[in-house]
Amino acid sequence: MTFYALTLALLGVGLYGLLAKRNMLKKVLGLVILDYAVNLLLVAVGYRAGGGAPILLPGEDPAAFAAGSVDPLPQALVLTSIVIGLGATMLLVAMVLRLHQRYGTLDVDRMDRLKG
Amino acid sequence: MPSDRDGLSVIVQVVTRWILVLIVVYGFGVAFFGHLTPGGGFAGGVVIACGFVLATLAFGGRSGPAAAFHRRVASLEAAGALTYLGMAAIGWTVGHFMQAWTPRGADFTLASAPFLVVLNLAILLKVGAGLFAGFMVLVLFDRAPAAPRDGKGGG
Amino acid sequence: MAAYLPLFVALPLAAGFACLLIKGVAPRATPWLSVASMLGLLALAVGAVARGGVEVTFAGDWGLRPFGDGVWVSGVALVLDGLSRLFLLLVAVVGTASAIYALRYLAPEPGRPLFHVLFNLLVAGMNGALLAGDLFTLYVFVEVASIASYGLVAYRTGGTEVEAAFKYLVLGTLASTGILLGITVLYAATGFLNLADLAAAIAAGAVPPVALAFASGLFVLGFATKTAAMPFHAWLPDAHPSAPAPISAMLSGLLIKTLGIYALVRVFYVVVGMDEQVRLILTALGCLSMWGGVLLAQAQDDLKRILAFHSVSQMGYVLIALGLGTWLGVAAALFHAVNHALFKSALFLSSGSLERVTGTRKLSEMGGVFRRAPATSVGLVGACLSISGIPPFNGFWSKLLILIALVSGGQYLVALLAAGAALMTLVTFVKVQRKAVFGALPARLAGAREVPATMYLPVLALVVLCLLSGLLWPAGVDGVIGAAASAVRSPAGERPAAELYIESIHRSPSR
Repeated sequence: MTFYALTLALLGVGLYGLLAKRNMLKKVLGLVILDYAVNLLLVAVGYRAGGGAPILLPGEDPAAFAAGSVDPLPQALVLTSIVIGLGATMLLVAMVLRLHQRYGTLDVDRMDRLKG
Repeated sequence: MPSDRDGLSVIVQVVTRWILVLIVVYGFGVAFFGHLTPGGGFAGGVVIACGFVLATLAFGGRSGPAAAFHRRVASLEAAGALTYLGMAAIGWTVGHFMQAWTPRGADFTLASAPFLVVLNLAILLKVGAGLFAGFMVLVLFDRAPAAPRDGKGGG
Repeated sequence: MAAYLPLFVALPLAAGFACLLIKGVAPRATPWLSVASMLGLLALAVGAVARGGVEVTFAGDWGLRPFGDGVWVSGVALVLDGLSRLFLLLVAVVGTASAIYALRYLAPEPGRPLFHVLFNLLVAGMNGALLAGDLFTLYVFVEVASIASYGLVAYRTGGTEVEAAFKYLVLGTLASTGILLGITVLYAATGFLNLADLAAAIAAGAVPPVALAFASGLFVLGFATKTAAMPFHAWLPDAHPSAPAPISAMLSGLLIKTLGIYALVRVFYVVVGMDEQVRLILTALGCLSMWGGVLLAQAQDDLKRILAFHSVSQMGYVLIALGLGTWLGVAAALFHAVNHALFKSALFLSSGSLERVTGTRKLSEMGGVFRRAPATSVGLVGACLSISGIPPFNGFWSKLLILIALVSGGQYLVALLAAGAALMTLVTFVKVQRKAVFGALPARLAGAREVPATMYLPVLALVVLCLLSGLLWPAGVDGVIGAAASAVRSPAGERPAAELYIESIHRSPSR
């Protein structure tokens, strides 16, 4: 239970960084932390107390393996989610780079050219 | 990082040439055995992309083993993706899309799922090329403010 | 045999990567590749509509497997029911129009092949989301489409476009993270990801109410942001105008519907269930969006920003009709979503043409282009009449149907608000027509020329579709739209639609 609480705290940290910080790179870091907090939670959901890694070794009984290992599905889901987060982060950093080139600053308030 | 410097010192460059070979082999190994051990195409692709990033750092942006790939990353990435789609589409001829249609060997060996091996290699190509292309865009093109954005941001 | 379903995703995906492959050797062929893939999708979608029924296929030869005391779905399922069919057809139609428009709209610059890569990925993502049979596949394809759209908004890499794309990306990723968190909660509680199994488990009470409320709240937040419902709309007024015109048409015409409305309907009507609170929230978001969008549009001079704010407003209409929970409400909502896709994409494409003709996006600098650019003007006027709700165009009928659904559902106050917003929309678009098309031609536009045929023909085709939709709407509502609504809510309310969905999956032939 403390693990879930800590993960949610991490989520809060990421959210705070994303929304409250003015420096764009700090916003990017906040987004990354937020992404990974959710990934962490998803992997943790699949944990089974005392379970082994979901790798079937030669000679192991499949039924016993299925009953004793942690849930592999969240691990596959998180792999996908990490890749998605990677794509979004790369795009975000490229935009930050471009905005810095254009406006010479990383401060969101100073470059707020767009009306609401 | 200025892209017109020569990179790092000669010692680093010599060592990097050898290390790059090891890194690429390791990456391919992780991808080849992805159906038996943890890893697979994505992890292998990331390893190989990091190897090429290392080569770019050591040699600078203009020369070195990584520079030969600058023009080819887009084609390599597309080739990887189209191979994946092609393998999945051939599955239609035996039943379902993405059905494992290759003959299977003994369990726990490399040949136990050739379908997955090919898919892993395709993903390795795509991810490696894609990540390296993203690195190129972020690092090597940052000197040209008016240049159009070449290469998309990863994924 | 439903084995052709993956083609909806595989075709644009292959076209997109083919564009990437040939970008060095034959860059001028890439726009034609996009047009070809969209036409292929159109053929597929028409074929799918003609078949009817629920079609299920699985990736690989996975499928239904016995486990424990029941038969459950394992692996990734692709499901085509009435709802998906409707939106697949819509994506194909608007995608074809945008692809043909983009032939001459975009100059053959070095980055253009990459535009077409992303364009095809966007369509592949949307189609995948429409066909997804489980929640995580839905999430993945929503992300594919979203990330492609972030890149497309930033296509012209000027300062304002990149800033708009930045804001769009941040809010969009925040929404997607919320959706993933909701999926995590549901998976932790039930162990299922498949939509049918989840629906059965939730109906059987496997999820504790607090967890279900938390997950529902996250889904509402996430998908409402994707729909640009107020107060989660902040990204749309900057992102849609900054994108090139064909992309604005795809974003406003398709993306906010497939990633927003379709996902909301699928998750809430089929999986989670439409209880009192959800309906209230959807209605509240809808009312806020309707009026907020229309009021904020009044102060704008930029034509594309006006159109963007009206997208928010029209999605509000769809949301209040969905919030009713009745068959008529769903049918009216879907009908309006279809119509909005048709006339909003026509409007955005026209705005691109107008920008080409007059050199500006500001209404105050335009005027009287009717003589110089007659085809563009006719298209714009037709689309404006549609959105204002003038009969016999389609906007009138779908807004009327929404009002009827509201009144028969007992929501008189909301119906009044809807009628008022419709009036304000009319006022705005009369102004748009007066300023852009009629009126006096400024001196500097005396030499303005009409745009190429590949740019005004798609607009005129969309306007003709609006007219047909308005004239033939009873047949449409009985046919495709009715089938879509019946897929999620039975007409007389006798069986929860989720049951129909679940049964269709479990009856599907598989090994």
